[in-house]
Amino acid sequence: MSGRPGILFFLGVGLIVLFAGFPFYYAVVSSFKSGSDLFEVTYLPMFDLANYRAVFTEQPFGRNILNSVVVALAVVVLSLLLGLLAAYALARVSFRGRGLLLATILSVSMFPQVAVLTGMFEMIRAFGLYNSLPGLIVANMVLTLPFTVWVLTTFMADLPRELEEAAFVDGATPFQVVRLVFLPLMGPAMAATGLLAFIVAWNEFLFALTFTLTNDMRTVPVAIALITGATQYELPWGNIMAASVIVTAPLILLVLVFQRRIVAGLTAGAVKG
Amino acid sequence: MVQARIGLAKSGLAKSGLASQKVRAALWFLAPMVLALALAAGWPLGRTLYYAFTDATLSDMADHGFVGFDNFWNPEWGGLFGDAKWWRAVGNTLVFTGASVGLETVFGILIALVLNRPFRGRGLVRAAVLIPWAIPTIVSAKMWGWMLHDQFGVINDMLLGLGLIEAPIAWMANSATALGAVIAVDVWKTTPFMALLVLAALQTLPGDIYEAARIDGVSRLRVFFRITLPLIRPALMVAVIFRGLDALRAFDLMYVMAANNADTMTVSVFARQQLVDFQDVGYGSAAAALLFVLVAVMTAVVLTLGRVRMGAAR
Amino acid sequence: MTAALRLSGIRKTFGRATVIRDVDLDIEEGEFIVFVGPSGCGKSTLLRLIAGLEEITAGDLFIADTRVNDVAPAKRGVAMVFQSYALYPHMSVFENIAFGLTLGRHDKAAVAEKVRAVAATLELSDLLDRLPKQLSGGQRQRVAIGRAIVREPRVFLFDEPLSNLDAALRTQMRGEIAALHQRLGTTMIYVTHDQVEAMTLADRIVVLNGGRVEQVGAPLDLYRRPANRFVAGFIGAPAMNFLPVAKLPPAWRKGGGAVTLGVRPEHLILDPEGPLAGTVKRVESLGDSHLLHIALEAGGDIVLRGQGAADVRSRQAVRLGADPGDLHFFRDDDSAISRA
Repeated sequence: MSGRPGILFFLGVGLIVLFAGFPFYYAVVSSFKSGSDLFEVTYLPMFDLANYRAVFTEQPFGRNILNSVVVALAVVVLSLLLGLLAAYALARVSFRGRGLLLATILSVSMFPQVAVLTGMFEMIRAFGLYNSLPGLIVANMVLTLPFTVWVLTTFMADLPRELEEAAFVDGATPFQVVRLVFLPLMGPAMAATGLLAFIVAWNEFLFALTFTLTNDMRTVPVAIALITGATQYELPWGNIMAASVIVTAPLILLVLVFQRRIVAGLTAGAVKG
Repeated sequence: MVQARIGLAKSGLAKSGLASQKVRAALWFLAPMVLALALAAGWPLGRTLYYAFTDATLSDMADHGFVGFDNFWNPEWGGLFGDAKWWRAVGNTLVFTGASVGLETVFGILIALVLNRPFRGRGLVRAAVLIPWAIPTIVSAKMWGWMLHDQFGVINDMLLGLGLIEAPIAWMANSATALGAVIAVDVWKTTPFMALLVLAALQTLPGDIYEAARIDGVSRLRVFFRITLPLIRPALMVAVIFRGLDALRAFDLMYVMAANNADTMTVSVFARQQLVDFQDVGYGSAAAALLFVLVAVMTAVVLTLGRVRMGAAR
Repeated sequence: MTAALRLSGIRKTFGRATVIRDVDLDIEEGEFIVFVGPSGCGKSTLLRLIAGLEEITAGDLFIADTRVNDVAPAKRGVAMVFQSYALYPHMSVFENIAFGLTLGRHDKAAVAEKVRAVAATLELSDLLDRLPKQLSGGQRQRVAIGRAIVREPRVFLFDEPLSNLDAALRTQMRGEIAALHQRLGTTMIYVTHDQVEAMTLADRIVVLNGGRVEQVGAPLDLYRRPANRFVAGFIGAPAMNFLPVAKLPPAWRKGGGAVTLGVRPEHLILDPEGPLAGTVKRVESLGDSHLLHIALEAGGDIVLRGQGAADVRSRQAVRLGADPGDLHFFRDDDSAISRA
């Protein structure tokens, strides 16, 4: 905690970085190897795009990516919209039952996904949404909406009261206060929360696995999990690694760029809770 | 139901003052969110709990009979409480939760302590630590599945190269190592979350405490256990609870790494297997319902304790 | 003449705590009224009740003869300047001033013209494109005032608007607000804890304490004829000296149930024939004047304010006197015995 960091310290730092980064690095290395090269462990990359071509030709992976993007974006937009309005009510209006509502929302974010599986399955079939993207969008809201509301509420509560009052004296309605005064100030919070919601929806597996049937309705995680080879015992590891790198690289880029905001969002959701 | 409880604060609807205007707006603002949650969480949960007391099957869920507590316990075939596979899943879930949250906490604190110290390139290292967290669980499972491959895996290659093992190990096929491997992957993936929360807590600590301790000549280890740990304990507890509740419902990792293998099967995997693969909606829902009750009770306890402690602090 | 504003039996409670107790007050058109009192006396709450930011628990509030208890803030014809200015940080000066006008269906050109006119009177014309964070404290204050003026309110409300400024700027802005009131002639209500602001700005001062109105009156009235011990002690600096009548020489006693005598430091004089004897404990020189802290022989301390430099030293024995016309007397319920 004090003094100059020594060699041992930097060795530790190196170990942490290696531990965190090596699996992805190794996935990249493997994704560029095809044929029998794959079955020889090497630590330096070569450059063979065969696996990447195969991923897109042997299955509708482009379509899977599109599905994931559509679902994740829709979930983010819906969550932020509903979350922002709810956050105003929860953070800045005092009404009876507010604490209870907040506790309920927090508990929903703790729900085991599998506990809503039966009922969700029934509902999705009843609405004719089985094997469709709208079905997945509805299902994903369980995962993203509670923490979106929670995080936005904590951010909203930190905005100065006088700003809101000035707007009311100026003649704004509550909706105008949210749209014209608070929303522009919530930019960073919305970005952080939206990013977290995007990652959650992009990574979601159980619902997508259970509520889709055909290859062209699957999202990326399911598609990757279900990539199979000629026989059950011969998984096409090269293709799997290539697909993994394709869906992970944008996320890693996002995380590296928005690191600070993500941390702010995560800690606002957890530490203040 | 929730809406009905949000009464207007004694003013009544007829008034048009600011407070009542805000309360009315709040109702409209909350309605879409409450509706969405009721639709996506409340209703499905209620139906799951209902089906737990039926003998419904997936092919025709509407055609079912009410069987009371038979799915949980009955003299003929035992129900969940008489199902060895269920108890195995419960055991796996608890071991998985305990081990992975415990290890994550220790590693998370260590990494946070390292990152809390200013050095050149710290921002970069902090970003690198976030990588495992950002990688989809499915992808982590596949990546590690490949690294742990019995014949061509890099882990075996490294261990052989270092002379730590003599023959390749079939990590996932071996019931002694399968759960351990899954735990290791989970620790790799979620330690960053823990580290960041601890780091955030560390950075709120005032520096002068350490100055004082250093002047008093207290050893670093003592400073950590006597000063740092007690100060970050509230934040640490929150993180541990969040992660614990999250680990209890784990599904993706073991499902992708080992499918329905009994060695790694958690309660969530068990429930889904009954529900989807065996088409036994009643039995699967009963398992899901038990998991829900467990998590709900723990959440309620945590929320109540949290409130009591907050009350005491005031 | 009808009152611009009438408060009748106004009460405000938060939960079990009563912060405003049955306040009655008539404010006339064009008056400059200052609410003053120690922190927690309810002056800001009273202003917020008038603005409509808090709900009135009991009583009636009239603005120009209309009962406005349940009317939304914007429809009361009031404009408010907040302590923290409350400028919208993401809007330019122009947008800040125009915000209230653009919410309704206004002609854009007309709004722009109005905003420019207001900006010109406040010397903000060159700053219209700036963001609040690019402005100095005084400029921000002027934008906040501009935002209020542009709405052409019937009543201006100021909530400690100068407390975030440094001393020099505060004096300057005080002058600008006084000039603004002269120019517009609009009713203004101004909350402050600073009695210099209250004395210099107000047509009438409302002294609040514990949620109650202690006295309403012109500044010099409050100074000369405080209604009770609280007002007597609150108005004037350094504060009035209070002495128990029983311990005083006969010359300074008075009938009619007087138990306490009050005398302002500036009214005490050193007088070898004076009725009070004491010893100088400490001398504070302020340049244009000086303060003597004196321990009285009869017990208790007293402060004297004299002009120029002090010609006594610490530990020196002195005698004090005052013009009998400058003495105040209070009953045991703290009310003042009225003076001629």
